[in-house]
Amino acid sequence: MRYLPLTTDDRSAMLATIGAASIDDLFVDVPQAARLDGPIHGLPGHASELAVERHLTALARQNTVAGEVPFFLGCGAYRHHVPASVDHLIQRGEFLTAYTPYQPEIAQGTLQMLFEFQTQVARLLGTDVANASMYDGSTACWEAITMARRVTKRAKAIVSSGLHPHYVSVANTMAKFTGDVLETAAPTLDADPDTADLIARIDDDTSCVVVQYPDILGRIGDLSELAAACQVKKALLIAVVTEPVALGAIRSPGEMGADIVVGEGQSLGVGLQFGGPYVGLFGCKEKYVRQMPGRLCGQTQDAEGKRGFVLTLSTREQHIRREKATSNICTNSGLCALAFSIHMTLLGEKGLRGLAEANHLAASAAADRLAQLAGVELVTPTFFNEFTLKLSKEARPVVRTLADRGILAGVSLGRLYPDAPDLQNGLVVAVTETATAQDVEALARALEEVLA
Amino acid sequence: MSAINQSGWKPEMGSGGTAAAATFTGNRALMLEEALIFEIGSDTTCGVDLPETPKGTSRLGKLARAKPIGLPGLSEPETVRHYTRLSRQNYGIDLGFFPLGSCTMKHNPRLNEKMARLPGFADIHPLQPVDTVQGALGLIHELQHWLVTLTGMDSVAMSPKAGAHGELCGILAIRAALEARGDARQVILVPESAHGTNPATAAFAGYKVEDVPATPEGRVDVAAMKARLGPDVAGVMITNPNTCGLFERDLREISDMVHAAGGFVYCDGANFNAIVGRVRPGDLGVDAMHINLHKTFSTPHGGGGPGSGPVVFSKALTPFAPLPFVEKTDEGFALVEEENAQDHHASAFGRMVAFHGQMGMFTRALSYIMSHGADGLRQVAEDAVLNANYVLRSLEGTLDAPFAGSGPCMHEALLSDDNLAEGFSTLDVAKGLIDEGFHPMTVYFPLVVHGAMLVEPTETESKAALDQFIGALRSVAERAKAADPSLKSAPHFAPRRRLDETLAARKPVLVWKDAPLAEAAE
Repeated sequence: MRYLPLTTDDRSAMLATIGAASIDDLFVDVPQAARLDGPIHGLPGHASELAVERHLTALARQNTVAGEVPFFLGCGAYRHHVPASVDHLIQRGEFLTAYTPYQPEIAQGTLQMLFEFQTQVARLLGTDVANASMYDGSTACWEAITMARRVTKRAKAIVSSGLHPHYVSVANTMAKFTGDVLETAAPTLDADPDTADLIARIDDDTSCVVVQYPDILGRIGDLSELAAACQVKKALLIAVVTEPVALGAIRSPGEMGADIVVGEGQSLGVGLQFGGPYVGLFGCKEKYVRQMPGRLCGQTQDAEGKRGFVLTLSTREQHIRREKATSNICTNSGLCALAFSIHMTLLGEKGLRGLAEANHLAASAAADRLAQLAGVELVTPTFFNEFTLKLSKEARPVVRTLADRGILAGVSLGRLYPDAPDLQNGLVVAVTETATAQDVEALARALEEVLA
Repeated sequence: MSAINQSGWKPEMGSGGTAAAATFTGNRALMLEEALIFEIGSDTTCGVDLPETPKGTSRLGKLARAKPIGLPGLSEPETVRHYTRLSRQNYGIDLGFFPLGSCTMKHNPRLNEKMARLPGFADIHPLQPVDTVQGALGLIHELQHWLVTLTGMDSVAMSPKAGAHGELCGILAIRAALEARGDARQVILVPESAHGTNPATAAFAGYKVEDVPATPEGRVDVAAMKARLGPDVAGVMITNPNTCGLFERDLREISDMVHAAGGFVYCDGANFNAIVGRVRPGDLGVDAMHINLHKTFSTPHGGGGPGSGPVVFSKALTPFAPLPFVEKTDEGFALVEEENAQDHHASAFGRMVAFHGQMGMFTRALSYIMSHGADGLRQVAEDAVLNANYVLRSLEGTLDAPFAGSGPCMHEALLSDDNLAEGFSTLDVAKGLIDEGFHPMTVYFPLVVHGAMLVEPTETESKAALDQFIGALRSVAERAKAADPSLKSAPHFAPRRRLDETLAARKPVLVWKDAPLAEAAE
């Protein structure tokens, strides 16, 4: 109980000040039937720091750590090298243990950082503005769909088959209740994204078209034509980016005309963490800013004319508009946004472009090597750092077998689409700067043996 | 992009209103002004060693980026200095008392940080084969056991990313359960004293929201609620302890009423730290409740998040909880990701997030929970309540305390600006506290009280810290009662004087542009 500073004497003195005979007097409003008078059955008592450390370390040891084996998983979470100074800086107590900047005069550190983050994100996504982060990419994606409904007053969302199936699932969960109608499909192992098909389906009831870029199979397609087709029908184009490093090498969705661009920022600064916490990116055209969900930091000045920053446009938010709010989101991902922003600052233009190039060429070389293997076909001719292979066998057991050999080979499409028979031989392989040539060779040899 | 532009802050902009003369840099000793990265960085500076470019053929096709992104870079030393300087313009719980009511800022043990950074938790991928992440699933399962046992509920959904996200999860489960029995109820009742997220959540889940008034003593008006219940009411959202800092004595009776009318009870569990180990919400008839792990079990809030909002469910709602689930089987821990995987998940309403929730927060929460144990958690509730009542009783003679006559408060003390001088308000008191070196309390919330000041000391504050805060707040309040004009211009000693929030909202500048403020705002 080392975190509790009150002493027995303090407690007695305080009860005396309050005028209470015992601590139970402070719980008088709890009905007798609901009071727990003794310790709860089935839970242990307090443990020392050493004991807690021992227990959690033992649990941690039971997991296969990505950095200790050849590792090729992506599909919405990517392993990149995070410079040591990122984690050092986010652990400074003034960042780590601060709350939402409700008192801006003593929260300028957080607020300036958020303003810088918003600018970095807007430039990266190619949008006019960006917010101060969302929970993650998947929730940012459905927030974008509901935003499109508010903007267009239409409810039909056309969702590309290339959108991450978990993102589709999240949007479907919400659509069941909000009245959005989602048209979705599983992908096929085709070389090209489904752009033409999407364009053909846009009609006057369409609120938005949602595409992922690069998509779940790693494919990249030009969004310009799709954006133009959306504009004709006054529907919004929503682009989803799960690997922001890609935007160091390829054109941004905003540049190609997307109205809303959302993304998962985990790649930069945050780390894998078994799925969370991550950081959702959310940018849009300026004209939609008042329909945008989440917190926004804005520049202003103080009573002496000095530049300063505050949370702003809060009239869109739940604490003011209650049931008319643009979203119920309250907490954002501030600390992860900080990590993202620091990593981006360390990289800068030169660094992000260099990192992206290294990712792309490493992935390209790996694809060439793996495609030489018997029983392996490269499905995706254009990609960034992630591509899809079609194996001669079902991929899910192959992945399990390779894991037994100490290689985390990629994500089997069977894991993501258990009900799609056509996809069961698909394997999505991500190659970042953290994978060495030896890692790729180890994967190639093991895959060759397992497929033989 | 302009490489270097130092013009963002000018020394002649002001001397800070104190006796200090302007300085050339704008800095004042250890109070350092810091330009934006866009003003000090350049597109050719890079603070990392770039990986070697491997041999390979480009497969980007026509989509290769042509235009610059516009990202300024800083070297590593400059980056460390930039963010360290920014950090010094922030108040955090490590620096001092942070009495934000309903936000719950308590000490953040560094053991939790150390545990969350073990590579076995921090460096694993959410889609790794489940037999390679048995320890992580085991940790989630263990945390589930604690949460279900402490709340006296039947099951828990771990994936919601924050409290408000957990609310949505709970309301969606209620809606799914009603739809499963073919019951198309349309209304959610929300007491006035509820968090603003509650009505927003219900509306987002497709419900019509109706307010239920509070009694003059700050609790739900049971008679009003009873009168409104009927076949169109899907459920109620109730906060306990409520946002007036009071325990909802009648919750059991309310739950029985709602259940009898065919609805469900959602409890906003943001304030669970006040009752953990002393009351199980399950015993009060609650059907769903989120737990803000970052509040009750101390995970750092990082200037606005991340949070984590697992939701506990009663037996009635358990079949409708969202995917995924961690379950213990004969072969180890399983991750149930598909709706038809097992019978009792047949009605699960789908996913709320891409992966399995906030693993990094789970690690920290379990570390905190184990450190306290069942005995310590009970002490947590007792000390949180003791500290809040101590603050309330110590200040009620100085500031108006609207519900002090309604019985003991729970974890937070509610005060108001009713007895200040004409023209002086809660905001002035808050800004005055900043000059005293404290983060202000929550202001203007809950909405049921005019000029509310909500103080939540939490259990990790010492008596000495509380005494100092009480003294400072008394002093500021006395100045506000005496109409001290200097209070109207507080803070005087913060990195910034009062900021113009109206300007920010009227002429939004949300991203940096290569232009001074005035022009950019045009």
